Amino acid sequence: MEEENKEAVISEIHRRIAEAFNVFDNESSKSVDVREVGTIIRSLGCFPSEAELHEMIAEVEEEEPTGYIRFEKFLPAMTKVLMERKFRPIPKDVLIQAFEVLDQEKKGYLEAEELKKYMTQEGEPFSQDEVEEMLSAALDNKENVIFYKDLVSKMTFEDL
Amino acid sequence: MGCGATKSNELQAALLIQRWYRQYVARLEMRRRCTWHIFQSIEYAGEQDQIKLYNFFGYLMDHFTPANSERNLISHIFRENEICRDIEWERYFCYKNIEVPELYSGPHLSFPLTVSNVADLVEAFKNKQQLHTRYVLQLLLESWKLLRMLPNINQVSTCQTKEITICGDLHGHLEDLLLVFYKNGMPSVEKSYVFNGDFVDRGKDSIEILLILFAFMLLYPNNVHLNRGNHEDYIVNLRYGFTKEVLGKYRLHGKKILKLLQKIFSWLPLATVIDQKVLILHGGISDTTDLNIIAQADRHKVKSTSFLLIVDMLWSDPMPQDGCIPNEVRGGGCYWGPDVTEKVLRRHNLQLLIRSHECKQEGYEFCHNRKVLTIFSASNYYEVGSNRGAYIRLGPDLVPHFIQYQANRSTRELTLRQSVGETERSALRALREQLFAHKSDLLYAFQDYDTDNTGWISLKHWATAVEAVLRLGLPWRVLRSQLVTTTQDGMLDYQGWLRELPITEPKTESLLETMYKQRSNLETIFRIIDSDHSGLISFEEFRQTWKLLSSHLKMEISDEAILDMAVSIDFNKDGSIDINEFMEAFRLVDRTMNLPSEPNHTKTDE
Repeated sequence: MEEENKEAVISEIHRRIAEAFNVFDNESSKSVDVREVGTIIRSLGCFPSEAELHEMIAEVEEEEPTGYIRFEKFLPAMTKVLMERKFRPIPKDVLIQAFEVLDQEKKGYLEAEELKKYMTQEGEPFSQDEVEEMLSAALDNKENVIFYKDLVSKMTFEDL
Repeated sequence: MGCGATKSNELQAALLIQRWYRQYVARLEMRRRCTWHIFQSIEYAGEQDQIKLYNFFGYLMDHFTPANSERNLISHIFRENEICRDIEWERYFCYKNIEVPELYSGPHLSFPLTVSNVADLVEAFKNKQQLHTRYVLQLLLESWKLLRMLPNINQVSTCQTKEITICGDLHGHLEDLLLVFYKNGMPSVEKSYVFNGDFVDRGKDSIEILLILFAFMLLYPNNVHLNRGNHEDYIVNLRYGFTKEVLGKYRLHGKKILKLLQKIFSWLPLATVIDQKVLILHGGISDTTDLNIIAQADRHKVKSTSFLLIVDMLWSDPMPQDGCIPNEVRGGGCYWGPDVTEKVLRRHNLQLLIRSHECKQEGYEFCHNRKVLTIFSASNYYEVGSNRGAYIRLGPDLVPHFIQYQANRSTRELTLRQSVGETERSALRALREQLFAHKSDLLYAFQDYDTDNTGWISLKHWATAVEAVLRLGLPWRVLRSQLVTTTQDGMLDYQGWLRELPITEPKTESLLETMYKQRSNLETIFRIIDSDHSGLISFEEFRQTWKLLSSHLKMEISDEAILDMAVSIDFNKDGSIDINEFMEAFRLVDRTMNLPSEPNHTKTDE
């Protein structure tokens, strides 16, 4: 019984991975542009850091990188990630705590410039585009600041 | 309070936030792509219906006998399609008796057209004015005269005109055409253009686009080239909005204009070749494509011997695998592979095939080792924010240069989240309609999985069942959280879910569902029957239409059931059915075509 269940679970995982992969496989060529792999992995509910992402890409790339990742190599690696529950989501409260660390004066919000500075200078920095996009979504229009508690609520999806 | 500790905390915090935000953006991107797939698969499934309708008419033409009681209806349907001799056509479209009133404030045209005429025309349309019927008919007649003299395949050379600009589908998006003219300059002796079909349908300014393109073609016949698209076809127009648009804008003479256009469309050239090296046509090719044969064909004849070759040119799509198979998704033309591209290009010593017909997110896309290039010029095609438009500039080196754009400035200012939201809502609504239309089949499929009759199935089975019934090739597991909102422990109460799908609860469920599925076909047929364009058809016409269609679909429908339905749809109980009310019953009245009725206002541009 255990074996059957496990098989069923794995085959469903395979189908989920295949679906997500196919969304980006425009030519039905069973391969996707390497730059889309991060999106695929994340859309399956994983929260890897950029470093972890690059590690994974290195694993599934061809010996001589072609710029494309083949489904054949992606499937087993991604299955393992999902079965082992790697790159788990960040709980809401942990996320809010992170914002609170940056909000040194404990104002309950962050100025646009503050957030911009952190996002582009610390950690795994955002590009100019990324930070602009984040600000346009995060900024409260009236007050021109970021109420991070609201932001976290707004941008949290249900887990698949 | 060590500085080191704070620093490392900040670093950790930043890392966490970045990790979270990147995930959020990825989810959005996935949703955007899915939305795209939804629109595309529904659109192509719709086109498939369209071809089925053609087949239906073919069936009608082949099967009606004098003894048949539906004879009147059928001859009624086809009376409009009689082919008259040219002299009769000229007389029928005589514009000379149509006076232009003094109150008319739109542009005045004189023939032959002058540069300032055409500039005035473009300016007038920019200001949302309408061209008077008299001038429309005149312009169309002149265009027809010119088109009749053109070969099936335009041959163009860059040594005359240096650079050539190529535009793809415009689909009534006047904003996009104006944007192209703004960025690239209007057509002139110095600036050649090729417009690669699908000028009309879907957008709301199809007639304006046509008039502008024809005007430029008349002004610069050696520099402006038009290729026919699959939407330059009066039956397709009945379904996809062009007919409605013309009848709404030209209430008195719209019918005449449409008839003239029917003729004109059939005379549009099929392809353009640049420097004998670059082939431009709307859809694509097949393994039987032979330009020499096509050059000889009678393109304007409905059933010419090269009919199938022509359908291929207007309806086909490229595919990544080698080979050539029928295009089941569209219902016409084929899917052709890179080997066919090689073969056909080599056969005619060509180096590039430029085509349109498929919407592309970036406005253009290469395939088949960069031997095939798709160009699409209608931005925001599916929905605001869905895609950019693009055009190509080709110089004597025949290397394509792309310019992209997106009409509607506000979309660029929307955040990714907002533009995904708009488009996605629209796509999901369309998808739910599809699900509703297949309610019975879905129920059967779900029940198959629910062997113990509990009323519940797993989400896994839900996904498999839905794909089996709808066959749209969509990522149902990815979409699941958007379509199924109430589940318990990974199980779904499927009957409850089916009930929740929007749209009114039908009395005779399966009949209404089928009608719903066939609604586009029905509307098309109704509009053909409604030859005086009053918007009304009689019960009897309704009944006969439905009977014909259902027998073609091999369905059993009792007369009583149809009559019951007709009575319940006759909202004002006057014995006739208002087409718009009928479609409203399915909440399908095209919101963008809500033209105001002005009983007291004297229309001066009719």
